[in-house]
Amino acid sequence: MFDALSERFERLGTSLRSRGRLSEADLDEALSEVRSALLEADVELGVVRAFLEAVRERLSGETLSQSLSPGQQVIKAVNEQLIEVLGGSALKVTYASKPPTVILLAGLQGAGKTTTAAKLAAWFKQQGRQPYLIAADLQRPAAVEQLRVLGAQVGVDVFSESSSPIDVARHGVKEATRLGRDVVIIDTAGRLSIDEALMDEVRSISRVTSPHYTFLVIDAVTGQDAVVTARAFHETLALSGIIVTKLDYDARGGAVLSARGVVGRPVVFASTGEKMDDFELFHPDRMASRILGMGDVLSLIEQAEQKMDSDVIAEGAGRMMSGTFTLDDFLAQMNQVRKMGSLGGIMKMMPGVTKEMRIAASNVDEGELNKIEAIIQSMTTREKREPVIIDGSRRTRIARGSGTTVSAVNQLLKQFTEMRKMMRQMGGGMPAMPGGMGRMANMAQKAQRGDALPPGFEALGAGMRSAQPARGGGGKNKKKKGGRVTPPKQR
Amino acid sequence: MPTVLVTELAERPSLGAPSLAQRLRSSRSVFERVRSLSGVGALSNDQLETVEEVLLRSDVGVTTTNMILDNLRENGAPEGIAYAVRASLLDSLNAERSVVTTAESGRVPVWLFVGVNGVGKTTTIGKLAKRQIDAGRSVVLAAGDTFRAAAADQLEQWATRTGADIVRSAEGADPGSVVHDALGRAAARGADIVLADTAGRRSNSTNLLDELSKVRRVADREPGQVVETFMVLDATTGQNALSQAREFLAAADVTAIVLTKLDGTARGGIVVAIERELGIPVKFVGIGEGVEDLIAFDPEAFVDSLLDA
Repeated sequence: MFDALSERFERLGTSLRSRGRLSEADLDEALSEVRSALLEADVELGVVRAFLEAVRERLSGETLSQSLSPGQQVIKAVNEQLIEVLGGSALKVTYASKPPTVILLAGLQGAGKTTTAAKLAAWFKQQGRQPYLIAADLQRPAAVEQLRVLGAQVGVDVFSESSSPIDVARHGVKEATRLGRDVVIIDTAGRLSIDEALMDEVRSISRVTSPHYTFLVIDAVTGQDAVVTARAFHETLALSGIIVTKLDYDARGGAVLSARGVVGRPVVFASTGEKMDDFELFHPDRMASRILGMGDVLSLIEQAEQKMDSDVIAEGAGRMMSGTFTLDDFLAQMNQVRKMGSLGGIMKMMPGVTKEMRIAASNVDEGELNKIEAIIQSMTTREKREPVIIDGSRRTRIARGSGTTVSAVNQLLKQFTEMRKMMRQMGGGMPAMPGGMGRMANMAQKAQRGDALPPGFEALGAGMRSAQPARGGGGKNKKKKGGRVTPPKQR
Repeated sequence: MPTVLVTELAERPSLGAPSLAQRLRSSRSVFERVRSLSGVGALSNDQLETVEEVLLRSDVGVTTTNMILDNLRENGAPEGIAYAVRASLLDSLNAERSVVTTAESGRVPVWLFVGVNGVGKTTTIGKLAKRQIDAGRSVVLAAGDTFRAAAADQLEQWATRTGADIVRSAEGADPGSVVHDALGRAAARGADIVLADTAGRRSNSTNLLDELSKVRRVADREPGQVVETFMVLDATTGQNALSQAREFLAAADVTAIVLTKLDGTARGGIVVAIERELGIPVKFVGIGEGVEDLIAFDPEAFVDSLLDA
């Protein structure tokens, strides 16, 4: 799934790159992929439709990014929209001026209300509050006992009595006030949204306790029904927010988006495991990439966008072609790549990177790159532009200045000369870009594999690949045109 | 900005699964005309979209939905769309559904219950115990969920309610030893069947699945014999149910599914994909909280409810 989606996005719009603008056809193709991804993540169909419309609006007429492929640009917009919807109007829990602050939990059977109640109590306790739990689930056998045990685990008292759920709730809040507790959490029985009697009951509980916050507890493995349930509970109780549970499961969790979309109230907390402290404030960005199933491609896109200065790269690539590439250009390219973090780190984030590639990347010694930088920086401007003038005495000076050895300087110069020769062969006498670009892609791939080029130049290879989409032009080389920051997929 | 979705959805009268039958009724005359014109059962995009919508909303999943749509595109629907869709779904639900209640002679049959948290395992055991006892069989319950607070208490209440025997242990005890003790008790008393509960667990944890495999091995050792391993599945579950089934099948050799909470608004369509891809049949469905609210799975009624929501 993950691979397939990434791959489909890779292919997207390769032929249309040069137009400089996302076409309708591009967008249609991309959004239909996104639609499948969202549906497979269990986002409700109606929510999917509304969401895609919003993304389309966001993207229509947008000019093509310099540093991203069309596919990446769409993913980025989808991700941004997801974060916006998931994280919009975040809820900040404020405490009632006249304590206690009353919190009511509601939801379907098995969503995890009782466990959540205890976790929430523990969370408030950690905030320096004095919470109190009320066991108003008299429906499920031993639910009260379960809350009692969990309450003891987190060191929070639990109120219970064998009356009716409404009385338990009312008396519990009264008792909390008497005890001077400042936060009260009411656990209620799980109920189906179409069970009118039970929905009436929870409405009554809400009326007699006037909760400051009412949270719907919803489980991350829920399917299309999330919308129906969320709407019904919202209509009955006027929810203030959502708590999502079972985020430690491998479900993509589209239900969160469904519920968020239909209720229009923020997701506040996330439960991520069975232990009492597996509970945290909700992170919209994490949830977004999870639903989209694109994992860390997203963080890579972000980094590429923020840190890659496409002009520098484009300029360098241009000079490579014309054979006027200098040591300064080389350094600039190398630093572009380094700005993104260590090569090994970058590789780790990219999907489709084989283990061998990862090992090769981690073998690129960062110290080696530092040395190269020091050597180049120890040269005069003229030396950098015309390395041929660097004679023996200059070499000695450079080695001393950079704290390296003459042989290290020799090695760098030799490699640079060879590289420039190679570029000249490629670019020279070939004014038509596409072919040349194709060959450059080959070279980049070679660099990727780590053969032919020495350490520092591998990094450059990566920089060259990044440079490509910005310069566009569909080459004859159908094979992975390098492109983007994502490396060619190798199986 | 997030209000975008809300406004859009608020205008809709209902987001519950629309009735395919209803929607097709209105388009049927159109469809008949199309058919009489072309002579083949070619379907319009609108009709296909309606089918797609109904299937997706019932959690059947993208893959199965596309399969059914391809089928429709290829073969048309000479006997009506609803008929064709129904037939396609029923095709995927053709596994054997009889429930095994007896073991080899000299051994005690065991039903093992597995599933993720909160799907209704304990409740399902209570209901099935009642059915067995009503059929005149003696039942021993094994409170193998030693993890969740008060899970054994919950099962004990069911034992009291149904008149089953129960073996339990302290919280945090080894679940395998509870099952082992229950088998000993059942053999000693000549009980007819053991129903063994297990703790709810996520299906993406190797440790938890290994623990489950171990419980199953213990239950299958003499004098016990596991004759059914039920994976209990909540009907509100989406696409993750498929990976749950896959993992539990590998870890505990699941033989059947009990689909719970079918009395709500969820349709449980994912079981079609599970049966189609993994061959695990649904054998019971839970339709309420009452002790009698568990019935044998009927594919035709189920498919009708998927389409006629």
